[in-house]
Amino acid sequence: MSIGSTPLKFRVAIDTDRCMNCGRCIENCSYGVYRKEGDAIRINSRNCVACHRCLAFCPRDAIEIEEKPNDYRSHPVWTREAREAIFNQARTGKIVLAGMGNAKPYPIIFDQLVLDACQVTNPSIDPLREPMELRTYIGKKPSSLCLRQLPGGDVELRTKLTPNLQIETPIMIGHMSYGAISLNAQMALAKAVSRIGTFMGTGEGGLHESLYPYQSHMIVQVASGRFGVDINYLERGAAIEIKIGQGAKPGIGGHLPGEKVCADVSCTRMIPEGSDAISPAPHHDIYSIEDLKQLVHSLKEATEWKKPIFVKIAAVHNSAAIAAGIARSGADAVVVDGFRGGSGATPRVFRDNVGIPVEAAVASVDAKLRQQGIRNEVSVIASGGIRESADVAKIICLGADAVYIGTSALVAMGCRVCGTCYRGTCAWGIATQKPELVRRLDPETNAVQVENLIHGWTDELAELMGAAGINSIESLRGNRDRLRGYMLDEGLLNVLDVKTVGA
Amino acid sequence: MTMQSLRIDGRDLHYTPLNQQIRAAVADGVKEIVIDNVLGQRFIGDGLRGDDVTITVNGVPGGDLAMFMSGPTIIVNGNADHAPGNTMDKGKVIIHGSAGDAVAHSMRGGRVYVRDNIGYRGGIHMKQYREKRPILVVGGSARAFLGEYMAGGLLIVLGLNGATPVSERGVGSGIHGGEIIVRGKIADEYLGTGAKQLPITAEQKESIRLILEDFASAFGLDPATLLAADYSRIIAASARPFANKYTWE
Repeated sequence: MSIGSTPLKFRVAIDTDRCMNCGRCIENCSYGVYRKEGDAIRINSRNCVACHRCLAFCPRDAIEIEEKPNDYRSHPVWTREAREAIFNQARTGKIVLAGMGNAKPYPIIFDQLVLDACQVTNPSIDPLREPMELRTYIGKKPSSLCLRQLPGGDVELRTKLTPNLQIETPIMIGHMSYGAISLNAQMALAKAVSRIGTFMGTGEGGLHESLYPYQSHMIVQVASGRFGVDINYLERGAAIEIKIGQGAKPGIGGHLPGEKVCADVSCTRMIPEGSDAISPAPHHDIYSIEDLKQLVHSLKEATEWKKPIFVKIAAVHNSAAIAAGIARSGADAVVVDGFRGGSGATPRVFRDNVGIPVEAAVASVDAKLRQQGIRNEVSVIASGGIRESADVAKIICLGADAVYIGTSALVAMGCRVCGTCYRGTCAWGIATQKPELVRRLDPETNAVQVENLIHGWTDELAELMGAAGINSIESLRGNRDRLRGYMLDEGLLNVLDVKTVGA
Repeated sequence: MTMQSLRIDGRDLHYTPLNQQIRAAVADGVKEIVIDNVLGQRFIGDGLRGDDVTITVNGVPGGDLAMFMSGPTIIVNGNADHAPGNTMDKGKVIIHGSAGDAVAHSMRGGRVYVRDNIGYRGGIHMKQYREKRPILVVGGSARAFLGEYMAGGLLIVLGLNGATPVSERGVGSGIHGGEIIVRGKIADEYLGTGAKQLPITAEQKESIRLILEDFASAFGLDPATLLAADYSRIIAASARPFANKYTWE
């Protein structure tokens, strides 16, 4: 105990002039910050995680939350985070678990890329007047077409096409499992993607039966733990994703603690209640790129070659060569998850230090696939740190076919990015299985919010394309000429294959 | 009356048309399918349903035999390659020979019997749920990492070929459910992290009697020898092997 207590992360205060003592803060806080003593509301600031649930439901704006009220002696090397991690590990001797995505202040490449617009020499397009083609097909495209003219003039397509997913906007929702997030949260996402005409991932948690009505908009996942995987599950999905890695924790497996395996989670994962759900680091039937091909083919064979198979990898140094191997494995899409990708729980050391940004990874994957003449063999889906429609436009210019969003969709349901998902007490009913908290998230209202977000981004994307004189997403894809790098170094400009501003 | 049996010549036949013929036959009500001249075709019976269907494979099937299979029985007259019974759900696979690595990988239900030996990572990450309890029985011996990450189910290794059931490292490392039963016992140095070995009780031995008898009858062995032998049981030292590894940020 020689370390003593560390400075508060947040200080919570109630303005008693404004407070009407309604107690909504006490009801809403799932972290035990507030309690009633006699007529007064007492506060334990140490429990606060800044999830803002209390702020959001205080009818009088009486609550103030101040971040880091007590500074450490400032030092550029010995940051607060570094010192606090040392205190924690000196006390426990354990691996530090954290939530959400990379929290180190690395520069964000997206914010150093700017988009182009037409002026005088070529006209921009008004999306109100002209049709804008945002529909995207995910899957293999034939390298050539064989046609035959029939007597009477019709043309017959003789090339056998591979199944593709048709999405109405290049924005899908990534894999967040039932277990990591609540069933109500998954239900809201499922309703939203079904109405928009896009897709979401189930994560490695099986598919709860109440989501069966939305199965034609769901991508089922096969990860190293194979939880919830049987032939019924595979047949229900519109596509199947093999999860090799995740941007928030490249190279390691996952571990859902027994406390989160309640009766319903146990049923969809098909494991006993309360038991740890451990996904090993590798798939133990994939020890090589040849083995990956075998798993891809086994999934296709099991589902009679009717479904696209995705392979998701974390963005790492060799992503481009790995993606080229995946393209040759028979897979239909490769998902590249950048180092800003989120997670319900990941070791802090991995979240903050392992992997590379999705912008660089996608650009090099796209370039490698084109060099090798196999870009048509796979679609490229980018994920990890997509925060706004401009990020979508930029990553498509760098070569992606579509994106997966995760955190953005959760924020649309109230998530304040407090990063405490691993505690299982999410006050917003998202990253929790506690019935009294899950009930707070109404699937219908939240579906509308997620739908609104994707609509808003899609409209913005159409406007950005129109301004650049582009009326089809196909013409934006890999179109690096519509990007310029602002204050990026030459090495990175070369990797991204974009020119500097002014050039 | 539909045709009850079908014979397929597997010579030079790719696995997709082979599986298509099998699926079509099962859909037509065929109960007995014999495939001759099998030589390395992968994925035989992949995702196949049909509780009362028996498929006899004459030859050596390729990897992932009976993967995701849910119901049928497959009898292999020969050896099998990598991962027979991979993520299998229900049914039975009987191999009259040896099998490769990752036999019964992530298997969730049904039975796999291997007469001779298996490769590395046998029964890795098998799991059980309610009435679904996968069983892998190996007549000979297994290589390293047997029953690693096992989350449920039953794995029996008999060591009938004169060798010990397993004499390599990593047995049951990360095991957090289910049990591995070996004839005799294994040296403690071969136990993986989180696994412990205990002598079997009379009651526990009785609980595997029917399984041993069934295994013996599948391969024409004398069950008396198996029933008379001594066994040891390897289980998880803790149901939460990773519970003490982490602290919150």
